Amino acid sequence: MNDVIIFSIISLSAIGVVAAIVLYGVAQKFKVIEDPRIDVVEEALPAANCGGCGFAGCRNFAEAIVKAVSNEESIDDFNCPVGGSEVMTKVAEAVGLTVEEKEPLIAVVRCNGNRANAPKKINYDGPATCAFAHNLYSGESGCPNGCLGLGDCVVSCQFDAIFINPETGLPEVNEKCVACGACVKACPRNIIELRPKGKKDRRIYVCCVNEEKGGPAKKNCSVACIGCGKCVKVCPFDAITLENNLAYIDPEKCKLCRKCVPECPTGAIHELNFPPRKKPAEKKAEEKDPPVEAKDKTAATKPKNEENNEN
Amino acid sequence: MTTLKTFKRGGVHPAENKISANQPIVVLDPPKQAFIPLNQNLGAPAIPLIKKGDEVKVGQLIAKGEAFISSNVHSSVSGKVLKIDAVIDTSGYKKMAVVINVEGDEWEPSIDRSETIKRDFSFTQKEIIDKIKEMGIVGLGGATFPSHVKLMIPDGKKPEVLLINGVECEPYLTSDHQLMMSNGEEALIGTSILMKGLGVKKAYIGIENNKPDAISYLKELAEGFKGIKVVPLKVKYPQGGEKQLIKAVTGREVPSGKLPIEVGAVVNNVGTAFAVYQAIQKNKPLVERVVTVTGKSVAKPSNFLARIGTPISILIDNAGGVPEDTGKIISGGPMMGKALLSLETPVVKGTSGILIMNKQETHRVEMLPCIRCGRCVSVCPMGLEPILLSQLSRLQMWEDVEKQKVMDCIECGSCQYTCPSGRPLLDYIRVGKNKVGQIIRNRGKK
Amino acid sequence: MLTVSGSPHVHGDDSVKKIMYGVVYAMVPAILVSIYFFGLDALWVLLTASVSCIFFEWLVQKFIIKGPVTINDGSALVAGILLAFNVPANIPIWIIIVGSFVTIVVAKMSFGGLGKNPFNPALVGRIFLLISFPVQMTTWPLPKPLYGGTAVMDAVTGPTPLGILKEGVKMGKTVPELMPEMPGYVNELMGFQGGCIGEISAIALILGAFYMLVRRIITWHTPTAYLLTFFAFTGILHLIDPTQYADPFFHLVTGGLMLGVFFMATDMVSTPITYRGMLVFGVGAGLLTAIIRIWGAYPEGVAFAILIMNAFTPLINRAFKPKRFGEKVVQA
Repeated sequence: MNDVIIFSIISLSAIGVVAAIVLYGVAQKFKVIEDPRIDVVEEALPAANCGGCGFAGCRNFAEAIVKAVSNEESIDDFNCPVGGSEVMTKVAEAVGLTVEEKEPLIAVVRCNGNRANAPKKINYDGPATCAFAHNLYSGESGCPNGCLGLGDCVVSCQFDAIFINPETGLPEVNEKCVACGACVKACPRNIIELRPKGKKDRRIYVCCVNEEKGGPAKKNCSVACIGCGKCVKVCPFDAITLENNLAYIDPEKCKLCRKCVPECPTGAIHELNFPPRKKPAEKKAEEKDPPVEAKDKTAATKPKNEENNEN
Repeated sequence: MTTLKTFKRGGVHPAENKISANQPIVVLDPPKQAFIPLNQNLGAPAIPLIKKGDEVKVGQLIAKGEAFISSNVHSSVSGKVLKIDAVIDTSGYKKMAVVINVEGDEWEPSIDRSETIKRDFSFTQKEIIDKIKEMGIVGLGGATFPSHVKLMIPDGKKPEVLLINGVECEPYLTSDHQLMMSNGEEALIGTSILMKGLGVKKAYIGIENNKPDAISYLKELAEGFKGIKVVPLKVKYPQGGEKQLIKAVTGREVPSGKLPIEVGAVVNNVGTAFAVYQAIQKNKPLVERVVTVTGKSVAKPSNFLARIGTPISILIDNAGGVPEDTGKIISGGPMMGKALLSLETPVVKGTSGILIMNKQETHRVEMLPCIRCGRCVSVCPMGLEPILLSQLSRLQMWEDVEKQKVMDCIECGSCQYTCPSGRPLLDYIRVGKNKVGQIIRNRGKK
Repeated sequence: MLTVSGSPHVHGDDSVKKIMYGVVYAMVPAILVSIYFFGLDALWVLLTASVSCIFFEWLVQKFIIKGPVTINDGSALVAGILLAFNVPANIPIWIIIVGSFVTIVVAKMSFGGLGKNPFNPALVGRIFLLISFPVQMTTWPLPKPLYGGTAVMDAVTGPTPLGILKEGVKMGKTVPELMPEMPGYVNELMGFQGGCIGEISAIALILGAFYMLVRRIITWHTPTAYLLTFFAFTGILHLIDPTQYADPFFHLVTGGLMLGVFFMATDMVSTPITYRGMLVFGVGAGLLTAIIRIWGAYPEGVAFAILIMNAFTPLINRAFKPKRFGEKVVQA
């Protein structure tokens, strides 16, 4: 009996030693020397692996940054949209650099063609995916650029930050948005845009991407941009451009003066989170009031979309 | 009786419903206003040559196909150009079209409008191709691929056989059937012209066995033509698909991702053959075509000879008006046709039929989970796995979608037709095909 | 208002419901035979299994998944009847309810319900019962015809022919010595043998299979590959040593082979989707069945063989793709 025990102990130990030697040899031979800074940078990243930075995951992002640093290139073009400037500062510290602070961005849905504004003319019977519907036809309201409301953006969002509001049938972005840009890519009609969050979440933008002429656009949707150009004229900062019958407000130039908003004949320019327009004297007192456009976010629920839950 | 030829792999047999089969072609008057889209072919749109206020005649060239894959557009009516504007077409989007207010019916004097059949021709191969290009002939089966491009054989390839597609495998549609019955001889002359244009000695006309009258009529006529043979085929969808037809008639299999010329075959629709006859022998551009207007609720299912640019509402009015329980209007057949958004959509070169479905037929069946029965796989004529493709597409795994040969899909719809769970297989496959197509094109650019 | 959707705009009239009830109709001959031979016991087991399967499905869909209730699509009914087919007629009712629970809740709904289960639910239920309640599951009542006919033996319960074979060979007897103890081929074919409710009558099962083939609920691929492989394997062994290995015809008509081949191995959800894959599945299941029957610890191997092949289904689907059109250029 004792023999058996001793023999097993010896043989197992021998196997262990041999295996250890082999493993050591292999590990030495196939050693990959990695820059230790990659780990440090990765540490600083949020590890969401969202791909918002344009790389496959946080690790790849870290590798690219370290590579750029070792090539003595600037890392100004790198941005982790999820972590924002806070994380980027940490990353810069990790590689011994400093980055200029970037303004935080947020996804903005540029369509207001809800059921009241853009009445349904066509009935769609098919799978709930914008990618397919976009290839099939112009849309239930007839607007060739408007939101199809089938929620590809909702599916693409990893942060539960965008939902279809069941009342309007349009997507709404909530404060969880980290501007990773997934929804921007998912939308087949380029309706969603990343814009600076703005001070106190104040934003002004053209809530329409329709490039048709005024007449046809208005026919499908009462709040479409008709390309009249009134906003362009009134803007004191040359922030608004008109191209293909569509006005666009450059967030870099816009100073949030709000002059264009009342000028728009169809109400296509939206102002978000501004205090209500009151006489200047009352303005200060009203500042704490609930913002105009901030809708009840809890009302917006994820669409009941069986298709997405299936394998 | 010997067994009829057909393609081997997959296929389904939807209810034929050829209710307008015995309705002779009725010639429709030109509409009051015609909407002639500039892009009526697969490929690039034509460039307009006229402007607002111009007077045009029937058959006048109004837009020129400049790109390699593009084709000329001719006015189908006479009158004054009102505007060039965006008009909704079969794509579901507004596209540029020439709007003409019709005045009278004045034709270009060069067009021979007589009924006499001209059999003899003495054009060279190049003359034929140039003439087909000039007259704006495109494939009339529905794909609208410019015909002259089909005749221009790439270097190193040699065509051996011309196939004329008289299959009309789509349920409901009867336009090709009626065309063969009324203009069979002209279609055969057109076939000989196409043979000359290609430089081939053999042509087969494939017709499905559910049109025995057309088979016997054309067989009789074909005796007077050298090298043309009528091949009766077993009824099976999608036999009208180019690759399926080649397989059925010649037994050759076009390699994946390649064109039919790879196996020495060129396929043209029987309607195209007729249009070629008119273009070459009568100098008549493609300004009108046979359109079936049909549907279970339609009062008078008919086959019309309609001018290109006629709003489909006029065709439907002539077939007894829009039925009250209309749920869906389809341009083309029920398997591959496109649902239309508006009654004002004009007839284009590719419109083979207008199918009106009632509310009951309109709704898709309830969608259930996939039970992996594998029927989509067994009916796929291309040997693909539709369930796999559609799931991969939904999960946006584009690389895998491409690896599983999504680009081979001919979008025949057999999978979705047969799916007992009523799953939107083809819808998702289309998403994948589109995306992979884009990826491949981008790769080509780099 | 016009409707738009992608083509095709028509749909074949087949549906999951039609397929499932088609399977139920195909099982009717076997049900009738079982009631004929086992009397009301069989009917009770069948009813209990069906009702409890449907009930468990409803329970899960209503209170756990909280989704739509789809108990009338027939899939739970099919699972219930198949489970009942796989148990002896004299099994205590509470055991069959436990079996139904495993079949529906564990083997089907826990994976997401219809179409998502990797294994055949009824077989999972059967194997669970076989392992948990081996005595009850292997005590088969002998057929007691409602009228006419005489039982082979006087005992109320007895082993199946396969059981006789296995025990006999183990005890050192030769196959020809054991054969007189068997009910005989004709009786076995008709169903006059010991066994589970649904598996006794090969002829009734073949009748049902024929119906399913005509209705195109199943294809010929899996059953043919399964039967041929099984027949060839047992046949070769029989030729090598007829005293140790029973002849293939005996194997074909006894045990749950016909039930397994036509109703379990053709289950759509848990078997391959391509024809090539189905053939591979059939060959694999046939081999495994023969191996388990001849050398395994259990006298019957159909259930294990099919479950093992179920596990291979995703791999088979990956490995055996259909022949793509134009994959290899065939010049005529």
